[in-house]
Amino acid sequence: MAKGIWIIAEQRGGTLRKISFELVSEGRRLADQSGQPLAAIVIGHQIGEEAKKLAAYGAETIYIADAPELAAYTPEAYTAVLAELIKANEPDIVLGGASQQGKELAAKLAARLSTGLAMDCVGLRLEDGLLVAKRPMYAGKIYAEVVCETARPQMVTARPNVFAILEPDTNRTAETVPVPVSLKPEDLRTTLVEELADQSGKVDLTEATCIVSGGRGMKGSENFIILEKLAAIIGASVGASRSAVDAGWRPHTDQVGQTGKVVNPNLYIACGISGAIQHLAGMGSSKVIVAVNKDADAPIFQKADYGIVGDLFEVVPVLEEEFKKIM
Amino acid sequence: MNILTCIKQVPDTETQIKIDSGGKGIQTADIKWVMNPYDEFGVEEALRIKEKTGGKVTVIGVGPQRVVESLRTALAMGADEAIHVDDPAADGGDALAMARVLAAAVKGVPFDLIFCGQRAVDDDNAQVGAALSEQLQIPLLSVITKVEISEDKTKVKVHRPVEGATWVLETSLPALITTQKGLNEPRYASLPGIMKAKKKPLTAKKLGDLGLSPDQVGEAGSKLKIRSLTPPPERQPGKIVEGETIQEKGLLLVKLLREEAKII
Ligand SMILES: Cc1cc2nc3c(=O)[nH]c(=O)nc-3n(C[C@H](O)[C@H](O)[C@H](O)COP(=O)(O)OP(=O)(O)OC[C@H]3O[C@@H](n4cnc5c(N)ncnc54)[C@H](O)[C@@H]3O)c2cc1C
Repeated sequence: MAKGIWIIAEQRGGTLRKISFELVSEGRRLADQSGQPLAAIVIGHQIGEEAKKLAAYGAETIYIADAPELAAYTPEAYTAVLAELIKANEPDIVLGGASQQGKELAAKLAARLSTGLAMDCVGLRLEDGLLVAKRPMYAGKIYAEVVCETARPQMVTARPNVFAILEPDTNRTAETVPVPVSLKPEDLRTTLVEELADQSGKVDLTEATCIVSGGRGMKGSENFIILEKLAAIIGASVGASRSAVDAGWRPHTDQVGQTGKVVNPNLYIACGISGAIQHLAGMGSSKVIVAVNKDADAPIFQKADYGIVGDLFEVVPVLEEEFKKIM
Repeated sequence: MNILTCIKQVPDTETQIKIDSGGKGIQTADIKWVMNPYDEFGVEEALRIKEKTGGKVTVIGVGPQRVVESLRTALAMGADEAIHVDDPAADGGDALAMARVLAAAVKGVPFDLIFCGQRAVDDDNAQVGAALSEQLQIPLLSVITKVEISEDKTKVKVHRPVEGATWVLETSLPALITTQKGLNEPRYASLPGIMKAKKKPLTAKKLGDLGLSPDQVGEAGSKLKIRSLTPPPERQPGKIVEGETIQEKGLLLVKLLREEAKII
């Protein structure tokens, strides 16, 4: 019978990503409720020491698949390693991250294992041993509860920034288990040729805890400097509406919304953004929303926790000054 | 190059989504349906590659009769042929069940490359492309913003944005690519295109034609089941920050964020 809760940790360049700690923390909570053991899987090259960090968050076993071919993530190789390990050990539940890498990996893995996968979940609970996963659909216009009753493992990916990270307890230890790696030629068809680092050096929008976004009201790419300055003070990343992206003021990777990124910050400051339904789809679940708009009837004010009616070119510099005083 | 593009029809993004009386689906009356926005990028990219290398573009859609509209749109944009799997038993399945239908539908159709949208904007599932790549045992490249086919047409190199970086990946053909905004600007169907589309082959298929039985697909063939749908939690109506001057408003906002929202 299937047993145990597993989390698929995510590393890049040999360092565990924040989502890994969110996953192991949520895995711990589920393990405590169900009395099942918690294991983490880390795949990469020379990642043994880094992997051990997961023990402090409650992982009891840490499987480590270490090989030069696994240094950089590729879907085929990582899927092959995970599928074999899961078939051999039959865990009941497998949690992955709904990050760029995690979504792809989980989808491929679930298909290979012929099991159900609940993608991009914002809530998980156990009910009579069954994992009930809550996930937004229709760009957040509906929430669904989904279950995988018969197939095993039950698989989900967790949306970044949603599940709280536990306080690490360095007294906790875990057993580390090396995973034998044997890859077939077809597992190595895809290779990473090169990684082009994002020049901004800012936290990616999907992982940012604070975002300042600009829309058509910004009137031009050169004006985004005022958002950049405010963002620097409060440690935010800068996002944009589709209008700003389509006008060529910001790159596609900055777009927030239905056809852009779905973000989950603690604070989202929307400047010169009207609040179209497709934009709200991307930022509607931010913990606190602030809107700056000169039109008092802009729909964004219906969703914002705090609104300032005014010209953003006057308001944003004032906010920068006020935040500077307290940060 | 022979290229396949999968197309899903979804509610227009402006649509107010309402839960139906059964509580597990949505009300579909009066919905305006459109081609999934991400699938438009797939059609466009397929056409651009064909224009460079020659070959053929086939579009595939699963769903009721109305899906023909989206398939005709793709034909009007320039695709050569369409396959429509029109069988109620195939609807409403999870990614595995849908990939099973698509894999069966493309059996016998030669291809070098398949495009799928990185996700459909209705179920936001982001799984069908991956599941199809598994069924067909071909490499998967997800959420792609740039596609380059090698001179000898045996390999493809792509750009894939991830958090804080872009990965340049290379794989062998045939492969499956899921598309992301930034890949291209989809063209509109021209009037001559629309006229020509009417004469292009559009083949309707039933599950039986694909060698599938109803229990392998749709809800019956799904592992993941919807238990309930609910509206999202309502946001409390917000506060407009008042003040005589912009300075006063700014000061008050920062105070509220710190003391009331406790976010700073
Ligand atoms: C299929 C589809 C997908 C889409 N996906 C997305 C998506 O992912 N993300 C997205 O954002 N949109 C998306 N859209 C577009 C969306 O419908 C809106 O067109 C877009 O969000 C509007 O952007 P905006 O708010 O910046 O511009 P506008 O709607 O033009 O609003 C600009 C706002 O700025 C205010 N303003 C102007 N000057 C000032 C000033 N000096 N000071 C203060 N306020 C000022 C105005 O009052 C106005 O409210 C999509 C649309 C479709 C059809």
